[in-house]
Amino acid sequence: MKKNLSKTAAIVGVAESNELGTVPGKSALALHAEAASNALADAGVERDEVDGLLTAGYWNYDLADYLGIKPRYTDTTTVGGASFVIHVGHAVSAIAAGLCEVALITHGQSGRNTRAPMPRDPNVPSAMYEIPYGMIGMPINYSMAATRYMHLYGEDRTRQAMAEIAVATRKWAQMNPKASMRDPMSFDDYHNSRWISWPFHLLDCCLVTDAGAAVVVTSKERAQSLSKKPVWILGHSEYHDHAGISTMEDLTITPARVTGPEALSMAGVSHKDIGLSMIYDSFTYTVLASLESLGYCKPGEGPDFVANQRTAPGGNFPLNTSGGGLSYTHPGMYGIFLIVEAVRQLRGEAGERQVPDLNLSLVNGTGGALSATGTIILGVD
Amino acid sequence: MGTQYQGPLPVLQPESDFYWEKAKAHELWLRKCVDCNKAYFYPRDFCPKCGNYNVTWIRASGRGTLYTFAIVERAPIPSFRDSVPFIVAMVDLEEGPRFPTNIVGVNAKPENLSIGMEVEVTFRDLNDEVTLPLFKPVSNEFPDRH
Repeated sequence: MKKNLSKTAAIVGVAESNELGTVPGKSALALHAEAASNALADAGVERDEVDGLLTAGYWNYDLADYLGIKPRYTDTTTVGGASFVIHVGHAVSAIAAGLCEVALITHGQSGRNTRAPMPRDPNVPSAMYEIPYGMIGMPINYSMAATRYMHLYGEDRTRQAMAEIAVATRKWAQMNPKASMRDPMSFDDYHNSRWISWPFHLLDCCLVTDAGAAVVVTSKERAQSLSKKPVWILGHSEYHDHAGISTMEDLTITPARVTGPEALSMAGVSHKDIGLSMIYDSFTYTVLASLESLGYCKPGEGPDFVANQRTAPGGNFPLNTSGGGLSYTHPGMYGIFLIVEAVRQLRGEAGERQVPDLNLSLVNGTGGALSATGTIILGVD
Repeated sequence: MGTQYQGPLPVLQPESDFYWEKAKAHELWLRKCVDCNKAYFYPRDFCPKCGNYNVTWIRASGRGTLYTFAIVERAPIPSFRDSVPFIVAMVDLEEGPRFPTNIVGVNAKPENLSIGMEVEVTFRDLNDEVTLPLFKPVSNEFPDRH
């Protein structure tokens, strides 16, 4: 039985690297380090107080060595872009168990300008049975899921929903000075963008950027001693149920069907209480499937749920207010950036795009081929 | 063939040697759990449903239905540049398992494919070591076929 650790820890610092987008002059580790320094400064916590280190995609001692940190608690759970959202839950558990007091979650990735891409393990089954067929990279994998959704729920309304999400997300990005893509996007722009992997247009797909981000988590007591308003971790949940897209049982239902309800239940809140939803948008389709799996609406109702720019600025369902992976930044594994935006919004630091009267946010990270999700509920007093 | 195959090849594992040997002979074989009486894919020496090692090999009929597909327009890696557009797909095999594959024998356009359509296995020899099972439509109802 999972213990309810609601509000035993808080996020007290968030930041990105100094630059996002096209950053050829910085290595991935340099992006980690910048983001870490910035997040610690945001928290008002000293470097030598960090005793927990969590990241994805590295052997953790390589990162710790580079940063000059010697953690008593270490965690390299790597389940794609969902990892960092899951790390928040792990940090809560570690802090509650007394394994650490100040946990630093970092990410840095040179999606555009790396000098050596992260190799994929050729020994895993998805590599053996999918890659020889050209099922390489997430646009191809996710587009097969979208085709299935179209088959079940209608091609035209699915297409319209994907367009709504792309256009609405760009409107938020236009209000974020750190967003890579800030030019206006019309529905025609969406429909006329070139095919990547049918049914995905280019504008269904997230960006590929260079970027880093970091999050500082600490105990309730330590959080209350800091100057900024603590952002409480009220609920958290993680789940994965397959690896490659070909072993996913139903391509229209993600592991968020487990993590959404569980995180909300731990927090003791329901969907209608959530003022801001930060939902991993690797693709427009990811948002559609996630909204349904999280329980915001029933399977097949997503297109009605996002209709008429409901998720755009001025709509009544604020979604991915940073501009998302689609228009703000997406270095490869994006989940940590969802948390950065949710925390800024909850603290009232989001400037022009601030969601008014906000006190609860749901963050849902998705990793792999819709393989893993982590959901957290964040709130302020 | 003449020129060497430039695309990505699977790294064969001991538990799948039999599968790939049979593919070279242009046969599709599946693992089947004797206890559950269910076939599964991909091959491993135990049943992923019940965990038992009491499993056997069966030859698949090679028939199935299209579960989903996508049409790759932008090559994911340079070795696929001459292949686009091509069709990636999953086929629900008659024996139960879902199978990742390519659909061939039809022009790569969405209107030439429909989910649920009947497909059958065909084989492509990539080199002397590796043959890939592919699928093609059974019927002639799609005029764009070539």
